[in-house]
Amino acid sequence: MDCSLLRSLINRYCAGEENWVDSRTIYIGHREPPSGTDAYIPQRYPDNRIVSSKYTFWNFVPKNLFEQFRRIANFYFLIIFLVQLIIDTPTSPVTSGLPLFFVITVTAVKQGYEDWLRHKADNAVNQCPVHIIQHGKVVRKQSRKLRVGDIVLVKEDETFPCDLIFLSSSREDGTCFVTTASLDGESSHKTYFAVQDTKAFHTEQEVDTINATIECEQPQSDLYKFVGRINIYQGQDEPIARPLGSENLLLRGATLKNTEHIFAVVIYTGMETKMALNYQSKSQKRSAVEKSMNTYLIVYLCILISKAVINTAMKYVWQSDPNRDEPFYNQKTDSERQRNTLLKVITDFLAFMVLFNYIIPVSMYVTVEMQKFLGSYFITWDDDMFDSELGEGAVVNTSDLNEELGQIEYVFTDKTGTLTENSMEFIECCVDGHVYVPDAICNGQILTGTVGMDMIDSSPGAGGQEREELFFRALCLCHTVQVKEEESVDGIKKGLQPCGKSSSVYISSSPDEVALVEGMKRLGFTYLRLKDNHMEILNRDDDIERFELMEVLTFDSVRRRMSVIVKSSTGEYYLFCKGADSSIFPRVIKGKVDQVRARVEHNAVEGLRTLCVAYKTLAQDEYESVCKQLNTAKLALNDRDKKLAEAFDVIERDLILLGATAVEDRLQDKAADTIESLHKAGMKVWVLTGDKMETAAATCYACRLFHRNTQILELTTKRTEEQSLHDALFDLSKTVLRHCGSLTRDTLSGLSHDVPDYGLIIDGATLSSVMKPTEEGSSGNYKEIFLEICRNCSAVLCCRMAPLQKAQIVKMIKTSKEHPITLAIGDGANDVSMILEAHVGIGIMGKEGRQAARNSDYAIPKFKHLKKMLLVHGHYYYIRISELVQYFFYKNVCFIFPQFLYQFFCGFSQQPLYDTAYLTLYNISFTSLPILLYSLIEQHVNMDILKRDPSLYRDIAKNSLLRWRIFIYWTLLGLFDAVVFFFGAYFLFDNTSFTSNGQMFGNWTFGTLVFTVMVFTVTLKLALDTQYWTWINHFVIWGSLLFYVVFSLLWGGIIWPFLNYQRMYYVFMQMLSSGPAWLGIILLITISLIPDLLKKVICRQLWPTSAERIQAKRQCLSVEPSTIFMLSQTSSNISF
Amino acid sequence: MASSYNAKEEDGQLSGAAGSGGVGAAKSKKPDNTAFKQQRLPAWQPILTAGTVLPAFFVIGLIFIPIGIGLLVTSNNIKEFEIDYTGSDPASECYNCSQTLTWNSTKPCICKVPFTLEQSFESDVFMYYGLSNFYQNHRRYVKSRDDSQLNGDKSSLTNPSKECEPYRTSDSKPIAPCGAIANSLFNDTLTLYYINPNGTESVVPLIKKGIAWWTDKNVKFRNPGGSNSNLTAVFQGTSKPVNWRKPVYELDTDPENNGFINEDFIVWMRTAALPTFRKLYRLIEKKNNMIPTLQRGNYTLEITYNYPVRRFDGRKRMILSTISWMGGKNPFLGIAYITVGSVCFFLGVVLLIVHHKYGNRNNSAEIPN
Repeated sequence: MDCSLLRSLINRYCAGEENWVDSRTIYIGHREPPSGTDAYIPQRYPDNRIVSSKYTFWNFVPKNLFEQFRRIANFYFLIIFLVQLIIDTPTSPVTSGLPLFFVITVTAVKQGYEDWLRHKADNAVNQCPVHIIQHGKVVRKQSRKLRVGDIVLVKEDETFPCDLIFLSSSREDGTCFVTTASLDGESSHKTYFAVQDTKAFHTEQEVDTINATIECEQPQSDLYKFVGRINIYQGQDEPIARPLGSENLLLRGATLKNTEHIFAVVIYTGMETKMALNYQSKSQKRSAVEKSMNTYLIVYLCILISKAVINTAMKYVWQSDPNRDEPFYNQKTDSERQRNTLLKVITDFLAFMVLFNYIIPVSMYVTVEMQKFLGSYFITWDDDMFDSELGEGAVVNTSDLNEELGQIEYVFTDKTGTLTENSMEFIECCVDGHVYVPDAICNGQILTGTVGMDMIDSSPGAGGQEREELFFRALCLCHTVQVKEEESVDGIKKGLQPCGKSSSVYISSSPDEVALVEGMKRLGFTYLRLKDNHMEILNRDDDIERFELMEVLTFDSVRRRMSVIVKSSTGEYYLFCKGADSSIFPRVIKGKVDQVRARVEHNAVEGLRTLCVAYKTLAQDEYESVCKQLNTAKLALNDRDKKLAEAFDVIERDLILLGATAVEDRLQDKAADTIESLHKAGMKVWVLTGDKMETAAATCYACRLFHRNTQILELTTKRTEEQSLHDALFDLSKTVLRHCGSLTRDTLSGLSHDVPDYGLIIDGATLSSVMKPTEEGSSGNYKEIFLEICRNCSAVLCCRMAPLQKAQIVKMIKTSKEHPITLAIGDGANDVSMILEAHVGIGIMGKEGRQAARNSDYAIPKFKHLKKMLLVHGHYYYIRISELVQYFFYKNVCFIFPQFLYQFFCGFSQQPLYDTAYLTLYNISFTSLPILLYSLIEQHVNMDILKRDPSLYRDIAKNSLLRWRIFIYWTLLGLFDAVVFFFGAYFLFDNTSFTSNGQMFGNWTFGTLVFTVMVFTVTLKLALDTQYWTWINHFVIWGSLLFYVVFSLLWGGIIWPFLNYQRMYYVFMQMLSSGPAWLGIILLITISLIPDLLKKVICRQLWPTSAERIQAKRQCLSVEPSTIFMLSQTSSNISF
Repeated sequence: MASSYNAKEEDGQLSGAAGSGGVGAAKSKKPDNTAFKQQRLPAWQPILTAGTVLPAFFVIGLIFIPIGIGLLVTSNNIKEFEIDYTGSDPASECYNCSQTLTWNSTKPCICKVPFTLEQSFESDVFMYYGLSNFYQNHRRYVKSRDDSQLNGDKSSLTNPSKECEPYRTSDSKPIAPCGAIANSLFNDTLTLYYINPNGTESVVPLIKKGIAWWTDKNVKFRNPGGSNSNLTAVFQGTSKPVNWRKPVYELDTDPENNGFINEDFIVWMRTAALPTFRKLYRLIEKKNNMIPTLQRGNYTLEITYNYPVRRFDGRKRMILSTISWMGGKNPFLGIAYITVGSVCFFLGVVLLIVHHKYGNRNNSAEIPN
């Protein structure tokens, strides 16, 4: 609605722009309406070409380049490259141009290839044939030539070529079945309805005579929202207006099922279809590692600039003596002499910048990207996260956040479908306080605590019997379940055999409803089907009762109830309403509310999902007024949802309570084990659910979120009714803080047995009042106190939450002062907001469709897979990428600092120490592969141990491997190594010969010596860090050293004709022919490696991390008694 | 109930003709169970504990200390004699030459520096000249050369690289060899006289071949015109470097050592790494086993003093040195090896203590966990 408002605003201010109107009028079959209608403003619509590709052949190069250089790093390197081109710099432009070119080319090729694939896919889609009706005949056309207003014929199993309004179907009742699997992943068949007044047009000729216009909103991206109106002209009469809703709209990408063919009219084409509008990518999430990487980059940029400034200053101090600046042997050219001093200083500064620019390596970005991209494959490949029932494994939607999985501090989980199976089972129902259980379960089972328990056949009096049957009928009618007939099995057309109950399957988007309808079946009332707008019920006497379905007031999560209005065969109008107790009880005026409420609460404590059922009878005139209200609301083009909600609110009033139902939602496999592991790993688990408190609390106990010794703190409406929110909050914080003050010391020990841990339960209403900014400052900030309480609770349960509140909670925690890393996991559409809000969003491929999975960063089949995802993959990725980042900075300090030192010995003349080839290839090929491979396959601790011992996760909490201390250590190590390389070579070269034939070496040999030592040291340093040596590691580490040697031999072995200098000719070989050079290389490598080795050993010995303890243990005991593992296994079996 | 519901749903999908999400698709989606994809490749998992690193430290210590001693002994056995003949001190022999000389003076200035060798040099002796405070590694200097000209390329001979500026052309004729390095070729001539006990001087024969890298002399540096011995004709149309007294084709009379392949020139063209450097000047070969190459006694170094260093506070030295397998005298490597070896040994001991004292404590502390 915002969109249309904006558009109308735009429209008002840009009067000349006629195309911008907030609705569009479509003439079915391009037929002009009869005269007398509004002046026709032709609008221009795009053709039905889908363009998912980003580039065309012509704009690829400029557009791609522009996009690549928008990245700050690429831009930085471009600037360096340009500086090298413009001014006379020590290193040739090739040294930075080639890596940049490489990076840019690789990215461009990758993106170009992807785009080419997209072009191909687009072409295939755009050229596939569609059938349209022209002059009463079926004509084949290419899909891209479809225009708005065309009438299309779609056959079974064809995919809709664009967004269509459903006119008529081959089925009598004007319905069709559609799967939207490719749109939102829901594979269940959904029913769509043809426009009432056109569903009789069955042949091409008939359809072609339809004279109607459709007014509808301009396209918007919400798949489930659509408002429009169809005006049908018959003769000269006033047009008949009918509302159009999303049930009439067939979306591009969906497939027609179980329906021979349909006719439909095109309303949105090409890029305006809802599918295309949903292509828009989500906002980028950045990981904590990336943030610290950027901080380090800034540090290094400062180092770089200060180095350049120091050297520039030193240069001018040093050459203040003209004999130094321009000795007789080294004169300047005239143009150099005449240059402006300021210009000279700037040039020198830039030249130093260029000389040292490698300290911020281009290749780091490439390597990090590649690591993330390739690394994410291990998640999709993981066999443990494959669910054979679903036939799917984990899905990675973004690879940017792999390492963030190892940093999670708060887990926000949905309850239904996430912790629980979301496969419902009908347990019991309660009519006026009498409890009914389906016979299948009832037999041989004694239900304790049910006072007025009745068997099905012992009915409590005549009045009770009537109400009981009304209750069952209500449940049979008040739903949106479809019956899927097994019609194609062996040619028997939907045999409605009274006994063949099992031949039909109920399908619904909500498992609760299926469970209820199936439960009713076991209680004797079978819902057969919806035929010609009549719902057919088979009652206990095997009679078919028919109710005409008048209206469906569909379910939504705000109202938390749904209603149907039916007309019985005797002509009475009933409104049946079913919904959450909180939304039904306030609307009830009659009925045994107290008994039902008691039963509902009892069931809720048992962890069952309860629904209340109520009804009211409507008189004819009441019904008509209701109809009118609904119709006006439905016909409204703007704010239809709001108007509908208002209408619903008026209609669903003054109900008579019938009873309540209870449905069990079983816990997911290993949910308790997973939650326990997350707790042990130091994560705080919050359950956010829309369910009522008692049910949710029971589930929390069952999945061991709360233990028996957990002290539960309640912050619910019940409590705030007794005392003010202010007092309640302060009371709680006092309780929590008193205990925690003494316990903060031991929090790291992590064993929850002796620590009285707290669990908080809060409900949506209280939460919103907590979040509300207080008017007067005196009462203090509730939010802060609430956060303080939450911080000290190991588990928090938020019940009665609206979807948006879930996101608010996540946001509140995310922006609290510690800025913890949050993860949200959920399966349904109501979790999407929090999934998008949290640092990491995980979707479960659940039964309630795929919206959550589609919007998530990672999708997993089951909740239990979260354990491996975080404890194993997250841990590994974090370890890997942090080493990658630190190592990259380290190796470039090693690389550049000798250059800096050399300036002090070459008169600050920006003379590079290394040859151009070495400068260029150091980061690209000599040292790139080992670290990339390390960052892909390193495992410091075995996978099984990580899973078995979740407390290892605490090792890496709070970005511990990228702390300043560790960053400084790596930088100092790099500096030390650089000093060793440089001065080692310096003293070796010190005014003497070190060949056996007395000949001397020059500056290039000096640089090559430093470089060789460096390549070896840096690679061996990584070898020391590697704790998981597979054959690939051996191959890559030794291979890259060998490559360096072979390359150097080749590079120096030939007079390269394309080079204008031959400075490296035979330098490497001459160096290797000298014994002291070998000895020096070995010595310097040893010296550089010893401090790090020593630090590692001593730290491990004196202050071992828990991972290192585990490693030591593994060495000591080759066969480890898996007691912890067994314990966790048994504990998960004993459920609450 | 629940499971039957699922099964039916799957059946329903199967009956759909599209077959997406059917069993076939599900099977192909199942990840391969290879060791690599499951991250379960067999791997060696070394752990660097005090226990495992200890032997390494001791081994390094045990290997490095003997090597260091060997290197130090070798270095100490090398005989080296160095004499500074800059002449900045008024008392020194070359004072006059150094004061009057500018780079473009034409009259050679000769001075003689006497010295005494306390020990005889038994094996081959290498004669170096050394320069201090001379920035051969200055960037402007290093790049001021044209390698293709030096490699005998004809077009580069007549049209040298821009890098040679301002030593590229002189009198609008191209300079050969161009550039600052070539222009500043070291042109002092050193001659060594042995003063016999009877007072007569005898020239010590100095060999000027074999002082440059073989590859430089034979591959990297070539005269234009190939084997054409008439260098004068080849270098026709080029100009001599401004600081040179004579053109490049008159550097030596020996055609094998003339032009660009003159070894003194090649040695100079290999720019030194540091501002204080030495370059090989001449070889003094051992004649026979009976007589030492250089006997102990008095010598005179006769210098044709052409090379001005006074302006930039440079120093000029002459070094006589014997050479071992590890080159000239340099105690650094030996000392460093001994130091590192000892430090490693010491660290090994420290680690041993740490290992014994704290290793047990750690293990015992962790078992109750």
